[in-house]
Amino acid sequence: MATQHSRSAARLMMAPAVILLLGWMLVPLIMTLTFSFKKYLPLRGGDLGWVGFENYTRFVTSSAFWPSVVATLAIVGGVLVITIGFGILLAILLNQPMWGQGIVRILVIAPFFVMPTVSALVWKNMFMDPTNGLLSHLWRFFGAEPVSWLSEASMTSIVMIVSWQWLPFATLILLTAIQSLDSEQLEAAEMDGAPTFKRFLYITLPHLSRAITIVLLIQTIFLLAIFAEIFVTTGGAFGTRTLTYLIFQRVLEAQNVGLGSAGGVYAIILANIVAIFLMRIVGKNLDA
Amino acid sequence: MARAVTQQRKLINTAIAWGIGLLIFFPILWTILTSFKTEATAIADPPVFLNFDWTLENYTAVMERSNYAKFLWNSIIIAGGSTLLGILVAVPAAWSMAFVPSKRTKDILLWMLSTKMLPAVGVLYPIYLICIKFGLLDSRLALVVILMLMNLPIIVWMLYTYFREIPGEILEAARMDGASLKEEILYILTPMAVPGIASTLLLNFILAWNEAFWTLNLTAVNAAPLTAFIASYSSPEGLFFAKLSAASTMAIAPILILGWFSQKQLVSGLTFGAVK
Repeated sequence: MATQHSRSAARLMMAPAVILLLGWMLVPLIMTLTFSFKKYLPLRGGDLGWVGFENYTRFVTSSAFWPSVVATLAIVGGVLVITIGFGILLAILLNQPMWGQGIVRILVIAPFFVMPTVSALVWKNMFMDPTNGLLSHLWRFFGAEPVSWLSEASMTSIVMIVSWQWLPFATLILLTAIQSLDSEQLEAAEMDGAPTFKRFLYITLPHLSRAITIVLLIQTIFLLAIFAEIFVTTGGAFGTRTLTYLIFQRVLEAQNVGLGSAGGVYAIILANIVAIFLMRIVGKNLDA
Repeated sequence: MARAVTQQRKLINTAIAWGIGLLIFFPILWTILTSFKTEATAIADPPVFLNFDWTLENYTAVMERSNYAKFLWNSIIIAGGSTLLGILVAVPAAWSMAFVPSKRTKDILLWMLSTKMLPAVGVLYPIYLICIKFGLLDSRLALVVILMLMNLPIIVWMLYTYFREIPGEILEAARMDGASLKEEILYILTPMAVPGIASTLLLNFILAWNEAFWTLNLTAVNAAPLTAFIASYSSPEGLFFAKLSAASTMAIAPILILGWFSQKQLVSGLTFGAVK
């Protein structure tokens, strides 16, 4: 159908997007790779020559590295469990017949549209402040000692804040998936006397598995990169320094570009491992 | 019997769902309410919910002190500019991939998606350096370009998904009737593509508005958008709850409203069409 003429026109139309993205990907990537093999301190002498893999070994052997990996995994894991767990329950609930479904949906989705700096600050001050925060009022009301959330329970607090932001995303996607479930199948199982939990386990959950995988992968990619939530709450203190935050500190705060770039390469590799799985699923869907 | 049970269940569902919905929405509601309180009532224990003297003093205070209009303007320019520029680049690309697909179309699409997975922090310094070299640090232009590039894969994907749903027969019919490529795009494709373009525009405007890595790291005074404006409240000004709330409300209100319109497109847009 497509003529030679329209094919070359098509290529021409695609060119700007492809060239821009190619540049956006390659130029900074090559620069990061180059820096990572150099001793590069912009404020203390600049480019001090090639050092081989020294930055890579130094980054991994520094005392901050493993805690940052643990913090990253704890945040990503914690948020995934909470958002997907509650997301499934909420999606099932929202799929039931009720009054005002549209309004409830809007209420549940709203946190997704709040900019990260706002949600982090609102939680930090108005809810988690140990003297005037709403949670401390609540604790005192029940006669308990208020908690200094962001210093004593820093990890829990960050996971809570980030989960609040991402629960809407998980819920919305799972709800969309649930709505495509054939209700006749569920009714038939109910008539055959299958109890609610078994119906969920053998019909609803398998139907949702693809959507759950997609939520898992997309959220992982975004969660590995969370920044603002830590930047405005703890600033990386109290064990909340993630890999992303550690690299940020090495590059911009300590101005040790070589070391930070090596860290950046690790982060890129980590994200790519997750990305490969996501791309497979998306790619399969493209064929259908 | 069945009907009575259904009515009762519906009532219970409604109660639980509304309860949870309000709980999730509560931090936003509380922020909006607090923005109308005086600083003293904002930290009152026990907290006051609705029965307080409503005031607009926080809004005037924030406006006077922080040049709010400038941050808002920067947000609009950066989010709007990057989205429009992105659409301009993406429409031809998505159009050609949807209507003149080749063997490589799928690979190109997946490759574009893969650029989105590159963690920003991995390329922080190179971008920072490039901005300095071109004198673009703390400029809106740099952020317009960077956010455009960052969201370009999503824009191309969303448009591609919408364009693919336009039936090809219509185009063939038009070609048979002797329509030129230009006429085809102008009179047939554009009207059918407008809804898809509009929702792509909306979702990407929201994503760019809320972006908080590059906007925090590449701006200082001149180009700082609302994300940075709010971050400046992190301490010690954040302890003034009522003013913080007013500032926050002003930063999120426009997007909350736009977001409610975009909720349908959100799913297919953010999952790259994998969940519809």
